[in-house]
Amino acid sequence: MKAETSSDRGATPPAGGGQAAVFVARGITKLYHMGEVTVEALRGVDLELYESELVVLLGPSGSGKSTLLNILGGLDVPTAGSVVYRGEELTAAGDRVLTRYRRLHVGFVFQFYNLIPSLTARENVALTTEIVPHPMPPEEALDMVELGDRLDHFPAQLSGGEQQRVAIARAIAKRPDVLLCDEPTGALDIKTGIVVLEALARINRELGTTTAVITHNAAIARMADRVVRLADGRIVRLERNADKLAPHQLSW
Amino acid sequence: MRALDRKLLRDLWQIKGQGLAIALVIGAGLAMFIAYLSNFDSLRRTQEAYYEHQRFGDVFARLKRAPRSLEPRLALLPGVAQADARVVVDVTLDLPQYDEPITGRLISMPVPRRPVLNDVYLRQGRFLDPGRSDEILLSEGFAEAHGLGPGDRLAAVINGRRRNLEIAGIALSPEYVYSVPPGELIPDDARFAIMWMERRALAAAYDMEGGFNDVSLRLSPGASADEAIARLDRLLEPYGGLGAYPRALQFSHWTLDMELTGLQTVGLILPVIFLAVAAFLLNVVLTRIVTVQREQIAALKALGYADREIGWHYVQWALLIALAGSAVGLAGGVWIGRGMSAIYNDFYRFPVLEYHLAPELVLGALVISQLGAVLGAQSAVRRAVSLPPAEAMRPEPPARYRPSVVERLGLKRWLTQPARMVLRNVERQPGRALASVVGIAFAAAMMVVGLFFVDAIDELLDVQFNVVQRQDVTVTFAEPRSARAFDELARLPGVLQLEPLRAVPARLRFGHRSRQVTVTGLRSRPQLNRVVDASLKPRRLPAEGLVISAKLARLLAIEVGDVVSLEVLEGARPVRRAVVSELVDEYMGLSVYMEIGALRRLMREGGTLSGAYLEIDEAAGGELYRRLKAAPAVVGVGIASATLQSFRDTLAQNILLMVFFNLLFAGTIACGVVYNAARVALSERSRELASLRVMGFTRGEISAILLGELAALTLLAIPLGLVMGYGLAALTTMAYDTELYRFPLVVSPRTYAAAALTVIGASVASGMIVRRKLDHLDLVAVLKTHE
Ligand SMILES: Nc1ncnc2c1ncn2[C@@H]1O[C@H](COP(=O)(O)OP(=O)(O)OP(=O)(O)O)[C@@H](O)[C@H]1O
Ligand SMILES: [Mg+2]
Repeated sequence: MKAETSSDRGATPPAGGGQAAVFVARGITKLYHMGEVTVEALRGVDLELYESELVVLLGPSGSGKSTLLNILGGLDVPTAGSVVYRGEELTAAGDRVLTRYRRLHVGFVFQFYNLIPSLTARENVALTTEIVPHPMPPEEALDMVELGDRLDHFPAQLSGGEQQRVAIARAIAKRPDVLLCDEPTGALDIKTGIVVLEALARINRELGTTTAVITHNAAIARMADRVVRLADGRIVRLERNADKLAPHQLSW
Repeated sequence: MRALDRKLLRDLWQIKGQGLAIALVIGAGLAMFIAYLSNFDSLRRTQEAYYEHQRFGDVFARLKRAPRSLEPRLALLPGVAQADARVVVDVTLDLPQYDEPITGRLISMPVPRRPVLNDVYLRQGRFLDPGRSDEILLSEGFAEAHGLGPGDRLAAVINGRRRNLEIAGIALSPEYVYSVPPGELIPDDARFAIMWMERRALAAAYDMEGGFNDVSLRLSPGASADEAIARLDRLLEPYGGLGAYPRALQFSHWTLDMELTGLQTVGLILPVIFLAVAAFLLNVVLTRIVTVQREQIAALKALGYADREIGWHYVQWALLIALAGSAVGLAGGVWIGRGMSAIYNDFYRFPVLEYHLAPELVLGALVISQLGAVLGAQSAVRRAVSLPPAEAMRPEPPARYRPSVVERLGLKRWLTQPARMVLRNVERQPGRALASVVGIAFAAAMMVVGLFFVDAIDELLDVQFNVVQRQDVTVTFAEPRSARAFDELARLPGVLQLEPLRAVPARLRFGHRSRQVTVTGLRSRPQLNRVVDASLKPRRLPAEGLVISAKLARLLAIEVGDVVSLEVLEGARPVRRAVVSELVDEYMGLSVYMEIGALRRLMREGGTLSGAYLEIDEAAGGELYRRLKAAPAVVGVGIASATLQSFRDTLAQNILLMVFFNLLFAGTIACGVVYNAARVALSERSRELASLRVMGFTRGEISAILLGELAALTLLAIPLGLVMGYGLAALTTMAYDTELYRFPLVVSPRTYAAAALTVIGASVASGMIVRRKLDHLDLVAVLKTHE
């Protein structure tokens, strides 16, 4: 019931953001079979993401947020349903197409940063810039997250927040069309979390990158254009923020 | 450099210890590959060039005497390209510093021309001058052993007359690349001289003017040696032909060929074992790396790296380690190869044995090591490639453990907590534990096989010289002699015991198979030279019938009770029939024995003898030898102790070198396997161990958990390795089961102990390195790292 309402609302273009839908997801279901038990991680999710908007995905642990994001990012495929990215059907695509899609269009940021420990900040960013056309120079990407002075530091020599900003620089250096962030502040304290969110907001603003951010933290939702709430594998609510806040205005 | 390549190099640096251990195992394998096969190649090239250049014969035959008018007919035999007829006689030499007579072989030379076949290579001095009947060319081995050179003189007893021969030059011959004194089993450069002398001078001394007693043939391309041999035998039959034989049975060539085959076999098999072990180690290490780097792999996939790129990244780990191993292997292989080549230079007499390393061999080594590495890496790489990116974002679920078999058997309360952890861990990955055990066992097995050669040769010599040949001296006559000769020998000073020997050359025929043999007539229960079977029991010769070696019986498909025909190749060349009464299982040669009385009856002769075995009083040795030297009828005097000593000396240094290499290689494998097992275990369990430390366990206690596992693997591996070693030794004896000799399958406790100790030593060394790492376990860092 709720899912239908939410999808109705989701179909209407947002007032503030871009006009065209970047993603159109319909009826996404994801089942995990674990021996006898079948876990329904997603139970028919319909969702659009629009050009240049910043969406926050909220929901309790186990509600299917990561699963949804991974499917949108081409890291995973749904059991049923379809995802269309700019007119291209992702769900039917093979592994090669998905790899190419991730390579050219998607930037990922993970809760645990997933940096390569044996590479410096600059080299971690270079990891992406080396494989895409027209990237920004790694230095410029690191400048955008205000790490221009830590180029040659290894992850072990950086704080958690700094590591996460390197991960963001790595994600944006390819000038992605969408930026998907799974709990980017999950491992960080408030202050550091805000610095990271600032970086994300700035990129969304300056580069117009469609951005989806997963969080447990409802306070963060106030910096979004739209807020998607999941529970139990379904979208339970979709809201548009009338007045979105800058990250430094957030408090939790 | 690309960021991914930097990651590769830095990550490899992180595991340099393990990488090095694997590289060394690969290196050891390649070193053997290169060393053995380059020597194979060098020896074969040298051999071929030498044979070609000196026109080495294809077929050889000895006979009593044929007129030179027969010579042209030899070359006209179908299939024969060239023929050479010579006079070859064995004489005794009289060297001032030696009491005992020494065997010399005089070979005729057409002066001033060069022999048609089996030409000599002049090392020093000059060729013979025509008309100088006292000039000789002397073989290099003998000249070196006695410090003789051109211009020096050498006394020989030629047909009963002492002659002083002048050395014109030092020479080598393709017929004597490897040589042992006639009637002996082991080489002795100091006691066997080969001399070339002008034909006329030699023929005159031996009543051979206008005649010859030795033939060599060179066949036309594609001609059959068997047919040529059959034709030659028919041609020489009226002239006392002793049966022609092909190059394959020419002693020097046969020995060299055995060595070549051995080099090739070992050079191909051992590297495969090493590369298999290395591939297994690479697999373990890379599998662990892929597990540790799960999240990095996921991130790379999320960034859009294709499976191909990620797969290639991990394949490169293996390739680079193998490349490092190849470098070690190449350098080591050339070093060992040169060392081996130097040993071969001692054993074999070539004009030049140049060490040659073929580029193809180097290329081959690179290719097989890289292939081995890829094979080892592939399952780990596949895991990396197939890791679902979304899956990789979450931490790996805890490994599944369950109570070990021992615990389930109800022995739980006897086990300490660390012992339970060790058992459960081994049981959780039985495949890996098993492979580690097999790998370590291989190290022990390598040691056993390597040292087994020493045991086998020791046993062979011991049996031969202490159980079989108990005589001090063997006297051989040029021609069979009457019973009076026996009495003369008995009257020589210092003779304590004397036993007659009758040796009859014959072709033994059974059905369509035949073989040239010597029928040895001995007393029924000889005390000196005895017939001894493999179980070392002296055998009593039956009153009638032949006793033949089991090997010969197999070759000719003879069974006890069969009647064979003996075509005697001396005297009137009668053909006789005899029954095979018994078989004897011997280590050396294809023997045919008969009680001496029975043999004489068969030959219809009286107290004829071909030689005798003597036990002597060492104190009187000098006088005895002097008398023997002067006796014209005596051609060979073998002295057991002297021969044995010189052989042991030569062997000793080479064996030492071999033991050293074996130790090095077995140690490398053992260290490689144990160290990697330890490091992987440490990597997998550092969190667990660090947690235990935090809980208050001591360093000693956590070390016990990890090192206990290694100790358990090592202890399991040792018995397995010893058994495998014995099995490999058994295989080796089968491979070396030749017509001339075979290796006894004896492995001494010393060998087993050395193998076990090497493996234990390697384990302890690896354990100590890991223990140091454990002692420096950074508790905070380990627990903080998110895995
Ligand atoms: N690989 C998997 N195998 C089995 N079950 C899975 C797998 N991945 C996810 N799940 C299950 O699917 C459901 C949704 O998981 P998901 O990771 O999407 O939740 P989430 O909303 O991101 O939670 P969290 O906030 O804790 O990260 C959970 O019940 C989870 O246990
Ligand atoms: Mg999640």
